[in-house]
Amino acid sequence: MIHIDCPNCGPRNVQEFRYGGEYNPRPPEPMAVMAEEWTDYIFMQNNEQGLQKEWWYHRAGCQLWFLAERHTKTNEISRTYYWDNTKNKTD
Amino acid sequence: MSLKLIRQGLKGDRSPPRMWRQQPLKEHYDVVIIGGGAHGLACAYYLAKDHGITDVAILDKSYIGSGGSGRNTTIIRSNYLTPEGVQFYDESVKLFEQMADELDFNVMFSQRGHLTLAHTDGAVRTMRRRAEVNKLQGVDSRLIWPEEIKRLCPYIDISQHPRYPILAALYHPPGGVIRHDAVVWGYAHQADSRGIHIHQLTEVTGINVEAGRVTGVETTKGTIKTGIVLNATAGWCTTIADMVPVKLPVTTFPLQACVTEALKPFLDVIIVSGSLHVYVSQSDRGELVMGAAVDPFASYSMRGSLAFTEGIAGHILELFPSLHQVRVLRQWAGLCDMTPDYSPIMGVTPVEGFLVDVGWGTYGFKATPVSGKRMAELISTGRTPDILKPFRLSRFYENDLVGEKGAASVGH
Repeated sequence: MIHIDCPNCGPRNVQEFRYGGEYNPRPPEPMAVMAEEWTDYIFMQNNEQGLQKEWWYHRAGCQLWFLAERHTKTNEISRTYYWDNTKNKTD
Repeated sequence: MSLKLIRQGLKGDRSPPRMWRQQPLKEHYDVVIIGGGAHGLACAYYLAKDHGITDVAILDKSYIGSGGSGRNTTIIRSNYLTPEGVQFYDESVKLFEQMADELDFNVMFSQRGHLTLAHTDGAVRTMRRRAEVNKLQGVDSRLIWPEEIKRLCPYIDISQHPRYPILAALYHPPGGVIRHDAVVWGYAHQADSRGIHIHQLTEVTGINVEAGRVTGVETTKGTIKTGIVLNATAGWCTTIADMVPVKLPVTTFPLQACVTEALKPFLDVIIVSGSLHVYVSQSDRGELVMGAAVDPFASYSMRGSLAFTEGIAGHILELFPSLHQVRVLRQWAGLCDMTPDYSPIMGVTPVEGFLVDVGWGTYGFKATPVSGKRMAELISTGRTPDILKPFRLSRFYENDLVGEKGAASVGH
């Protein structure tokens, strides 16, 4: 059983959250990319064995989406934080 | 087989003969198969038997059958939802039926019947559709009602008391269970006796590619030169593909299962419920083998969780209230490579000589013989067999997804 440190509510049971998949930024100009690159964005996964940046949603709490850095082999979460939309969206 | 046993019993030497040998790692192989699970071993066996290709190495970072092949809940069936899925798994069931004879090894295949329960009107509709798709493909499958379910499985609760009462079930008589380790060992034995090298404890650390062609494999025991590499791993398939590199639409989720203490035989069908996310069968030893859906988040960790045990116990008791004092003996997890359309990925990749047999999600074991046979055909002829075409990697770039949701208890 792991706990997730929600940036708003603090540490809570993982059962309260919904996993939102690995962080996968949308190409900045969707109309400009080729179909192949778009398919890569939609379907292809890094499926990282190691530290992964990923989305979580606090379903049974504040109902906010946030990012977490989790090691996918140990499930240890090293960091949770909000997505910063003022930064470059592709990083 | 029995004569052999008697002879063995009368001889002084009681140690059983080795099923497969440890061979020195050669510098060159015609074909290298990464992953010594049931899929990789089956492919090697069919390469040797059907196509006469015996210069083959199977590499596994651990012992053979240590991954999904030894962690599944051994259920075999072919009552899938899409015609592609049905056709594919039906061939698989037919190969399983001949397997004991073919491998000269008792794989303990028991075709005891498979029931997929429907608890809602929507599920009944899906079951009816599945039954019709199955019948059209010549697969024995039909919708049955609570009285018949009760006749097949007297201990199940068909009353209106549970939260999700049983309304109907999809009955699939050829569905069954098989001893998964025996399948691995049988294939390994037959592949080994045909001259194929099985290298255990040999981890792949790199794949050499020159000008878009595979030229070799780097392992912890040395470099192997080869023109054909088959990625037949689960859980590590993205890691292996990254060495080439080839992108895969795969996310790895753990799936947990457990067994209870042994009970007297009382359940001789397999019970699956998509709505309750549970499947259960009774093993020959009397234990109840139970599994659920994949864990709620992607991970390579194979640790068990209390949430799983609680959830599955609750659901099993809804179906079989009389089991309330039965204890869980052990639980484990296996890694499931989920794809966006709940269908596997088999065939060629953009890199010549690098083939994949991955993305087997929660339905890999039941496809063992057919995927092995057809991948062997692809390797030897260089042409993708028709039955594999719907599952090619390029389907994601061609907007031609398969959409198989008859897979395990993923819900519909």
